[in-house]
Amino acid sequence: MSVDMNMNVLIVDDYKTMLRIIGNLLNQIGFKNVDEATDGSMAINLLKNKDYGMVISDWNMEPMTGIDLLKHVRATEDQNQNVPFIMVTAESKTENVIAAKQAGVNNYIVKPFNANTLKGKIASVLGDF
Amino acid sequence: MMNQENIENILGDKASYERAEVVKIINDVLEKVKVDDRNSAHGSNSEIVAELTNLKSVIEETKDEVARLGATDINSTHIPTATDELDAVVGATEVATGTIMDACEAIQTLSSGLSEKEIVSNIQDQVTKVYEACSFQDITGQRISKVVSTLKEIDDKVRHILKMLGHEVSKDAVRREKSVDINDKDSLLNGPQMPDSTPTQEDIDKLLADFD
Repeated sequence: MSVDMNMNVLIVDDYKTMLRIIGNLLNQIGFKNVDEATDGSMAINLLKNKDYGMVISDWNMEPMTGIDLLKHVRATEDQNQNVPFIMVTAESKTENVIAAKQAGVNNYIVKPFNANTLKGKIASVLGDF
Repeated sequence: MMNQENIENILGDKASYERAEVVKIINDVLEKVKVDDRNSAHGSNSEIVAELTNLKSVIEETKDEVARLGATDINSTHIPTATDELDAVVGATEVATGTIMDACEAIQTLSSGLSEKEIVSNIQDQVTKVYEACSFQDITGQRISKVVSTLKEIDDKVRHILKMLGHEVSKDAVRREKSVDINDKDSLLNGPQMPDSTPTQEDIDKLLADFD
């Protein structure tokens, strides 16, 4: 089954530059509906009101970190509880990857990354384009 | 003769003292011992007086040496300078990145209705902007070098102070790694690792595959 490029995608990062980079790469790949959140609480508000096909989040944010957001999503029984969740982060220690996996992450991208890595990880989570 | 109980009576329950307070306490003790000595029918306290006088000298010398080191510069000058420089670096890189991305987006969305000549000209204009924006590296590099030298100065001053206090730290001392616990979310926030210790995307992929 091919990926629905009209699905809603949410990207979460407290660096607007990174939101812009990931947003542009997603547009290049072909995703048409990309929402942006600059922190965890903004992301939670968006997730409450819309059905998302994928979330891409940074880890190192304040006050709510990416892993807090992931845990919140997995613990909230709504339409986005099982949304594919990709962590894009500079936190690359083994313990971080294990903690993210235990919290229910679907894939993990280490910054800095390139367009091919992002595309490959999205494909591994959603299926081939 | 002073004993532990006398000393504790003088010192009271306070856990720590300002340097001036310590000097005052020693002066008080010296006075008391001298008076006791004059009134004593047995022996002399001259040995204790000598020891306390030495102790007082050591504290005064340390005070002078710390003053000469300019340790207060750490708070008043070094740290504010370093943080201001780093704030400027963050600001400059943000502006430059915005300019580069504006140019990239402009290149990406060049109108197909334009002639080939116009498109080439537009691309050249945008590429020039990218080159111009990349000059941020020169300025931010200089700012970061200033911060590095400030931090080295702070390191030297702290090392001198520790040495005077009897805690010499070798320049080659092994740097202690912060411990990381997957159940402690604060310990998981470490930011980018140094290049030689950063796991690659392949390392992460292998680790994730182990869970499947």
